[in-house]
Amino acid sequence: MHPCPGTPTPVHSTVTETHVITTSGLTKVYRSRGRDVTALDGVDLHVREGEVYGVIGQSGAGKSSLIRCVNLLERPTSGTVTVAGQDLTALAGRGPRAGKELRRARSRIGMVFQHFNLLSSRTVQDNVELPLEILGQSGRARSRKALELLDLVGLADKAKAYPAQLSGGQKQRVGIARALAGDPKVLLSDEATSALDPETTRSILQLLRDLNRQLGLTVLLITHEMDVVKSICDSAALMERGRIVESGTVSELLATPGSELAAALFPVSGERTGADRTVLDITFQGEAATQPVISQLSRTYNIDISILGAAIDTVGGLQIGRMRIELPGRYEDNVVPVGFLREQGLQIDVVGQENLLVKEGAK
Amino acid sequence: MTWSEMQPLLSQACWDTLYMVGWSTLIAVVGGLPLGILLVLTDRGGLLQNVVANKVIGQVVNVARSMPFIILMVALMGLTRSITGTTIGREAAIVPLAIGAIPFFARLVETAVREVDGGLVEAVQSMGGNTWTIVRKVLVPESLPSLIASTTTTIVALIGYSAMAGTVGAGGLGDIAIRYGYQRFETQMMWITVGILAVVISVIQFAGDFAARALHRRGGRSGPAPKLRLLKAKEPAAADVGKVA
Repeated sequence: MHPCPGTPTPVHSTVTETHVITTSGLTKVYRSRGRDVTALDGVDLHVREGEVYGVIGQSGAGKSSLIRCVNLLERPTSGTVTVAGQDLTALAGRGPRAGKELRRARSRIGMVFQHFNLLSSRTVQDNVELPLEILGQSGRARSRKALELLDLVGLADKAKAYPAQLSGGQKQRVGIARALAGDPKVLLSDEATSALDPETTRSILQLLRDLNRQLGLTVLLITHEMDVVKSICDSAALMERGRIVESGTVSELLATPGSELAAALFPVSGERTGADRTVLDITFQGEAATQPVISQLSRTYNIDISILGAAIDTVGGLQIGRMRIELPGRYEDNVVPVGFLREQGLQIDVVGQENLLVKEGAK
Repeated sequence: MTWSEMQPLLSQACWDTLYMVGWSTLIAVVGGLPLGILLVLTDRGGLLQNVVANKVIGQVVNVARSMPFIILMVALMGLTRSITGTTIGREAAIVPLAIGAIPFFARLVETAVREVDGGLVEAVQSMGGNTWTIVRKVLVPESLPSLIASTTTTIVALIGYSAMAGTVGAGGLGDIAIRYGYQRFETQMMWITVGILAVVISVIQFAGDFAARALHRRGGRSGPAPKLRLLKAKEPAAADVGKVA
């Protein structure tokens, strides 16, 4: 599911091939009223240093359990979690309480929350200072660091305000500043933008992106919004019923025939006009986008091509085009033209046969 | 009775009432606050989950709370004597008053602390905070407005209990009202004590409400009370798993 080391060139300069978060065989079973509910079912996740990794899925897919298992707010039933080379599951101990070692490790992992979770009894600055108090830093060092971080997230003038006086976006900025107080290598984002309006969502995502670039911060985020993955993620994984069904860098996913995630990231629409027709989705990336393939196809095979839908977009910082075309005749009649298109280096998905391909692709 | 006869009796009674209520409130807060917090922490899904301890503490609190105060006072005479050396007088009354108020206050603390958003606890856990840090920096400060309101309620309840302390010769306003107002038909004396009690209770209630509201409105905005969420989902059933994911 994950590329072998060295296969793709990193999209962004901050990404290295070192895995900073690794989960293997992560399983979480909740026991409730004698019934077992499996929230995570053998999740293997590899997040590279310096990348923004998005886990997307519907409610109940297990995303939240997954991110909570990464800093062991939830104890996995089995499997291991390694963050920055440290096996956290080994630090956990048996009881439900977190030992000293685990708490130390947690202080090096930042976390931001959907509902911000700021203390209403403290000012903005005191909220940001809280993790530093836990680390036992002196008052002066705390206040200097807090003001520095508030400046970084653009809230230097709100240091003395209380959370109740801030807007949602400002609260999340405070949440981010607080998460960064312990100089973490890794930031976990639990639906950080889901309680925000679209405009604020964009600005918070931009902030996360900037922090990722400037500080080389690795971000693991979970979301149910495809737009979040589309705008800032280098890699993504799709979760369904406690399993990761697809994962990889965004460019790999887009190049995977029949990828559900790719189709969702970049949908094209258009309905088949008749029964005896073949509908193809063509994905253009890089070089292939410059070739006049449609007219070549039409001339070479003397067929009429209708364009049902087309779009060009930027996904994960990558220019990409998609087009849905319709050829006369059944798929069996069009094997040769489809072969021609594939030869041109284009990615072709035959609509209607997707289900077959998805199953192959997921294996 | 003339006013000059009543006045020294009343001022002594006021002082006795305040003395008893003051000390017993202090002891109730000191004893009830940790007990109430423990009730939350040891509950199922709590940070120090311990079902046995929770049941035991809960049961003790329930029994002590449901005991009529006048019986508690009589039942605790042995303990009172061993602490104060006597079972008569205001010092002696403080013992049953405090012991009666501790479980009362503990239950109020439990309710107040339970209303603290579980997300805040989770946030501090994710920063590497331990349970003591969570109690000190989250549970107590975040529930402070409710804790102040609970203290007010406890003071008012203690003023009520203290009226019965007259039966052990502790004096106080209730004692005056019964001995003079009821037993000697000094109706005027009774109404004056009633008036004084009404004023004292109103002042305490007003001060408590004012302080609680001032703290709650921190930040100058009277936002709605924080959303009620348990410390942790008690039993994550299938539907709950859906919610958290």
